[in-house]
Amino acid sequence: MRISLGNGKAKTPTERPPDAPLLEVSGLVKHFPIRHGLMQREISAVRAVDGIDFTVEPGQTLGIVGESGCGKSTTARLVMRLDEPTAGRITFEGHDITHLSRGAMRSHRRDLQMVFQDPYSSLNPRHTVGRIVGAPFRLQHIKTEQGIKRAVQDLLELCGLNPEHYNRYPHEFSGGQRQRIGVARALALRPKMIVADEPVSALDVSIQAQIVNLLDDLQDELGLTYVIIAHDLAVVRHVSDRVAVMYLGKIVEVGGRESLYRTPMHPYTVALMSAVPVPQAGGRDRNRRILLSGDVPSPIDPPPACRFHTRCWKAQEICRQVEPPLRELRSGHQVACHFPENEPAGTKGPVSLAKPNS
Amino acid sequence: MGAYVIRRTLAAILLLFVVSAITFAIFFLVPRLAGESSSQLAAQYVGRDPSPEALAAVKKNLGFDQPLYTQYWQFIHGIFAGRTFHYGPDASHCAVPCFGYSFKTHLPVWPQITQRLPVTLSLAFGAAVIWVFTGVTIGVISALKRGSIFDRLSMGIALAGVSLPIFFTALVSLSLFSYKWAIFPNLHYVPLTQDPVAWAKNLVLPWVTLAFLYSALYARLTRAGMLETMAEDYIRTARAKGLNERVVVVRHGLRAALTPIVTIFGLDLGLLLGGAVLTETAFSLPGVGQYAVQAINENDLPKIMAVTTLAAFFIVIANLLVDILYVVLDPRVRYS
Amino acid sequence: MSFLEVDDLHVTFSTEDGVVRAVDGLSFGLEQGRTLGIVGESGSGKSVTSLAVMGLHRSARVNINGRILLDGQELVGASPEAVRRLRGRRMAMIFQDPLTSLHPFYTVGRQIDEAYKVHHPKAGRHEARTRTVEMLRRVGIPQPDRRANDYPHQFSGGMRQRAMIAMALVNDPDLLIADEPTTALDVTVQAQILDLIRDLQQEFGSAVMIITHDLGVVAELADDVLVMYAGKSAETGPAESVFNRPQHPYTWGLLSSVPRMDRERQERLVPITGQPPSLIRVPEGCPFHPRCPYAKLNGTRSFDEVPKLRETGEPGHLVACHLEAEVRARVFREEVRPRL
Repeated sequence: MRISLGNGKAKTPTERPPDAPLLEVSGLVKHFPIRHGLMQREISAVRAVDGIDFTVEPGQTLGIVGESGCGKSTTARLVMRLDEPTAGRITFEGHDITHLSRGAMRSHRRDLQMVFQDPYSSLNPRHTVGRIVGAPFRLQHIKTEQGIKRAVQDLLELCGLNPEHYNRYPHEFSGGQRQRIGVARALALRPKMIVADEPVSALDVSIQAQIVNLLDDLQDELGLTYVIIAHDLAVVRHVSDRVAVMYLGKIVEVGGRESLYRTPMHPYTVALMSAVPVPQAGGRDRNRRILLSGDVPSPIDPPPACRFHTRCWKAQEICRQVEPPLRELRSGHQVACHFPENEPAGTKGPVSLAKPNS
Repeated sequence: MGAYVIRRTLAAILLLFVVSAITFAIFFLVPRLAGESSSQLAAQYVGRDPSPEALAAVKKNLGFDQPLYTQYWQFIHGIFAGRTFHYGPDASHCAVPCFGYSFKTHLPVWPQITQRLPVTLSLAFGAAVIWVFTGVTIGVISALKRGSIFDRLSMGIALAGVSLPIFFTALVSLSLFSYKWAIFPNLHYVPLTQDPVAWAKNLVLPWVTLAFLYSALYARLTRAGMLETMAEDYIRTARAKGLNERVVVVRHGLRAALTPIVTIFGLDLGLLLGGAVLTETAFSLPGVGQYAVQAINENDLPKIMAVTTLAAFFIVIANLLVDILYVVLDPRVRYS
Repeated sequence: MSFLEVDDLHVTFSTEDGVVRAVDGLSFGLEQGRTLGIVGESGSGKSVTSLAVMGLHRSARVNINGRILLDGQELVGASPEAVRRLRGRRMAMIFQDPLTSLHPFYTVGRQIDEAYKVHHPKAGRHEARTRTVEMLRRVGIPQPDRRANDYPHQFSGGMRQRAMIAMALVNDPDLLIADEPTTALDVTVQAQILDLIRDLQQEFGSAVMIITHDLGVVAELADDVLVMYAGKSAETGPAESVFNRPQHPYTWGLLSSVPRMDRERQERLVPITGQPPSLIRVPEGCPFHPRCPYAKLNGTRSFDEVPKLRETGEPGHLVACHLEAEVRARVFREEVRPRL
């Protein structure tokens, strides 16, 4: 049995077509300036996110995967409007929210919530669970105290917690339970979309599955749309409908889950997948593993053209000179590479040097 | 690194000018805003019931009839280039750095300060040596033997040390060691150059009294810093290498724990060099601090200006050195 | 007797809330040239075990009982000085986070020099540095003579862990303990480091103990596996046997709760229910019974009797579970295997 979350929020019916993307991001850029020298001039910038586009359909899950420095967490913060984008456009439910002020964001805030990585530091240790989960109601002034308590207890139960733990403090809960509290808080205002940044990576292995299943159930029940950021490729495959692979501030490959995981086309995606250790006797076949050399380069001064060329075993001159555009080589599956792997027969080769992509 | 030092130095110089301007404004602008006339100011230089002519002459000679910014300019000019005052037919040249003449004694201020500076330096540096040594040692032992009798006892004493005002500890130590038991009788300052033994002997009590306060402060700081660093992962690595515990504590633990303490030490010392007011007064040491008290009691503006500027100078310089030192001590700051 | 022999090890911490039984009667052996993977979640006692072997538990509140023998030499109760002489020379350790594990104020080279010199007191500066550069080169740091003069924060994450490995191996130890050596690293860098550890182990022939929560990492490196739960050994045996025919319901749970890259995507993950136990109030009987779906299959035994490690019928493969062999075989065949 499930409890309905009747919080009495009256939404104006939208006139957009029901299948229009809930979230559209285009040309999104975030540079963090680095200042130096006598006059504190801006000498360079951390190009955390450097021109990305993606859309998220209602009720779907987009997974964003990549290693440290790829810009996935910054992307989450930009979408949540916790950071100010340097350039680009974020459209949520048809509204341009790219540069909305804090106050103007408030009405969208109910529909757009976030779940954080660390359930230990993202909950105020001096507040009770009731106060933490009830805070969104109080901030938006939409319920009486009695009503808040009822709603919070319903939320706790929905997230697999004991509603009687309303008056307990975060330290009385285990890591997995705290993450459930974090999810309950995000759900309080019945959002349409939840952005979750590494929602399970701080949890024990046996607990990760509990939270993944909880997110699954909530999506089915409440029709939620997710953007899930994670470094764990297996977790991302499990939770996502579509997956975007990021490398140094760019999306290098994006596609439907099955297509992307069965036939990864970007060499980076291929290497990333082959690097994941698997729990089977003897591990992976070492001959089939692609071992990349070196670490991820710094996003302060990323390699020119294709950013992966410094570590790519297929790199040629063109990769150092021309940035490959995202091309749709399979249905709904785009890749930014001059020499993609698993290329379907009949697709055109690399873009010519004559028309460089800007 | 070079650009950093230059930037900090320029900032320090600018800061010194700002401080001098504010000080000047407090002592010369505020009284005037409060209604004191330049005649009243001039009256401080001449005796009781001056004749109007004498007042006017003093006003003119000292420039009190000029606009304030001119006066400030002359003040700054005096510090860097000297200044000549005209008393009727006489002209007296006040050498660089000129802080003017005392209202009361009519003697140039700066030589009086340079005369007193060695006393303050002796007090501050002597006490600093003691407090750094005892404070850090006690702090380290307390941290390593956390919860032991030594730790509790020394932290109890340290709490007393930071809470007891220095005029109290000074008077207690004076009455015990100087009067009652006469271990250090008849305290009076003897210059180091004249008789080093007598210099030290007469300063032991002020040193210890002043160091007591700071040792307590530094013991607590060191203890907290050591507790934090000794819990760091790299300490575990040092032990895993098989290093001696002494090497682990000193080379790995203390090295990291002391970095913030060095910076605080710089600031404390800079503050004291501008005059350890309470200690000097309690022990009747003829230092800069005592001079400052005297200047304030006598409302002797040029002296107050000089002492304040000097104190600001020491603090700004100490700040600058600390900033530079921090870069030297912490490679993470140096290379980023 | 094995090169490293741990016998009935107990490690407890006294806290205000009570006694924490971090390691509770653990026994295992490790030969030179072999790699043992110790797997467990937080609070399973795996890191506490490794620190006990290294003699790095220093708090007055910790109490260590049992036997730890390194090449026949008893470490529990040995003088701290005797254990110190072994640390860094005969047994060395690398840690999870190479950034915080290196001293921020000293160059990487100097920190490795120091590790060499402490056990080679007669070595001069030049000899130590030559050795340092040689080790840095061996672990794959380009331009090692120049990079030795860099500070840790000037290294990338992967390079730092390589430097940590160089430091651990500088005295050619017989036992290397790696505590979550790749947890703080990116996946592509993790693959490099795992590769490096495997190569070095073959080259140096030392005994390696890998502590990790990641079954995949264990599968990559380990010859033998020890699964820990609540300070005890739940299951141990050769990696091939443990991964192909796991015996303990906890191991089953671990294997089926993680999404796997080498399998088709499952519609739904099967988590282990409940929470890891408190080590102050460890459940009576089998510590896993509150989370075990099969605890009731053998009456009340799981609730009041602590299971001992017993033979599974496969060589060297032991399990601490009350399930009868036939019941276990049936459950594994019918319920668990299809999920894996």
